[in-house]
Amino acid sequence: MAKDKAKENNSPIVQMPVMTGNETYLQKYFILRKHKLKVAWRKAKVNKNCYLFLAPYAIIFTLFYLFPVVASIFFSFTYYNILQPPRFIGLSNYMSLLLEDDIFLIGVKNTLIIALVTGPLGYIMSFVFAWMINELPRWIRSIAVIIFYAPSIAGNCFVIFSVFFRGDAYGYANAFLMNLGIIDNPILWFVDPRYMLPICMVVILWMSLGTGFLSFVAGLQGVDTSLFEAGAIDGVRNRWQELWYITLPSMKPMLMFGAVMTITTSFGVADVTMQLCGFPSTDYAARTIVAHLIDYGQQRFEMGYACAIAAILFLMMILCNKAIQALLRRVGT
Amino acid sequence: MSKNKKMKVIEEKPYKKPLIRRRKANRSISGDIALYIFLALVAIIMAFPLIYAVEAALKPLDELFMFPPRVFARRPTMNNFADLFVTMGKGWVTFSRYLFNTVFITFVGTAGHLFIASMAAFVLAKYDFPGGQGFFKIVTTAMMFNWYVCAIPNYIIISKLGWVDTYWAIIIPALAAPIGLFLMKQFMEGLPTALIEAAKIDGANEWTVFSTIVMPNVKPAWMTLIIFQVQALWNNRASMYIYSEEKKPMVFALQQIQAGGIARTGQGAAVLVVTMIVPILIFVFSESQILETMASSGIKE
Repeated sequence: MAKDKAKENNSPIVQMPVMTGNETYLQKYFILRKHKLKVAWRKAKVNKNCYLFLAPYAIIFTLFYLFPVVASIFFSFTYYNILQPPRFIGLSNYMSLLLEDDIFLIGVKNTLIIALVTGPLGYIMSFVFAWMINELPRWIRSIAVIIFYAPSIAGNCFVIFSVFFRGDAYGYANAFLMNLGIIDNPILWFVDPRYMLPICMVVILWMSLGTGFLSFVAGLQGVDTSLFEAGAIDGVRNRWQELWYITLPSMKPMLMFGAVMTITTSFGVADVTMQLCGFPSTDYAARTIVAHLIDYGQQRFEMGYACAIAAILFLMMILCNKAIQALLRRVGT
Repeated sequence: MSKNKKMKVIEEKPYKKPLIRRRKANRSISGDIALYIFLALVAIIMAFPLIYAVEAALKPLDELFMFPPRVFARRPTMNNFADLFVTMGKGWVTFSRYLFNTVFITFVGTAGHLFIASMAAFVLAKYDFPGGQGFFKIVTTAMMFNWYVCAIPNYIIISKLGWVDTYWAIIIPALAAPIGLFLMKQFMEGLPTALIEAAKIDGANEWTVFSTIVMPNVKPAWMTLIIFQVQALWNNRASMYIYSEEKKPMVFALQQIQAGGIARTGQGAAVLVVTMIVPILIFVFSESQILETMASSGIKE
């Protein structure tokens, strides 16, 4: 679709090189290569204004998003404390990170637990609520979207949970459980390592209806209505079948987008745990990878080490994203 | 060929769809009622912490420490907000300066992002040039990792550029937020190509097409980019980059007050409301436009 736009501009069509037939395979490859390059160059010349349009964004993006990733990987092989120039130390950052740093392993464990619980749950919640909201009449729907989406944009409003889960008998959770007689002493929710993670996950789930949720709501409104009617004639009997056979397959692009958003946020958890459980938390029980990264990067100034953490986090996020995308591509096939 | 294409594009336009659908097929009344009850319950759970935060800000100090704690204030008062202003007024950096910092960072960062990202999105969506699709793929990949991954090299780059302790340290990196470009590009693809071609035949160059035809037609997407950017910048503490007190954003000062202990509990509750209210209000007023944009947000492959 995009290709004929360029053709209309004027012709970036380059004559196909004539082959005599007695070139070797390699020669043919290079002739074709050269031809393709020529076409690309012609196209680039015709559309040279495009590069001007792209330039401001591309420069800033490269400088602050692409280059840092490369630099992170480079610094992860060095000892670097900002004051002295980086000194190359090979893999020893990774060695000590994986073999000696028990706190990092706690962080990996916690991040994985949080990601594996809140990621899929939050994703499913986003979709299920979007789907339910879609059944409502219009004005109720727009109010419902606001109510469900608001927690994720409410800044650090989640600290209000520290009131609900206060460690003394005055907190709602403690008072409630004590009145029921389930516990007889107040629980220190954010100090006792046994309770930190579950409560943090509740808070994260409360905030998990974010960008992906919006995308689902919008996507559901865009599903072709005639498909539902056709489905009803063809034997779709209830809303569940309709969801599975019609709605889900036509929502695939949004499902992908939502997955990307969910994975990125669920691996990047640090704000919630740091603000609710303290930084550092008791026995490091609420440490996540990002919290560890902040600890080494912003407080101990061991930049090389912190970059190794960042590189591992980067790899985890990208691999997880690619895996989930490969999985989602199979929905409805 | 071109006629087909036109037809298709028009069909895809999300705002042509009726927003209310009466789908009687496959719906049972009991199912509907159960759905309403369930959604109402969940909505109460979702909204409760937010309502509680607002109510806490309206409580006088003695009610905040009452036992058992009540959700709704018995004697609602704006004292906490008034106290907040008094406390802010006592610092040697005035409240208006903090507010200016935040508004400046948010405004410049948002406007610049909208402009730069739309320019890039326009050519990526509507022109075919070598490197364009590849670049877009990279941007999509950049949505897949968290900002923290780049934090340290970012700091080094910013300090090399001499931007530490200036507003630019916050604004410039925010200009290239990948999600803005992504949403804008996806939305612009839904614009009829014929519209742009017609303008070109009339002799308009790329810039004229962009500024007079494309931008006015993607206003819903503006709002979406604005809300994502405001949300990121309004609550940005900038604690990593800005050291001078007079350049710090409002959220930083507010959170200092919040951390001030028991005597500041009331003001702390007011701070929570101040920080959350701006993004939520923007969302409330631009919801329909944002949803319209998000309809084209999918990652197609």
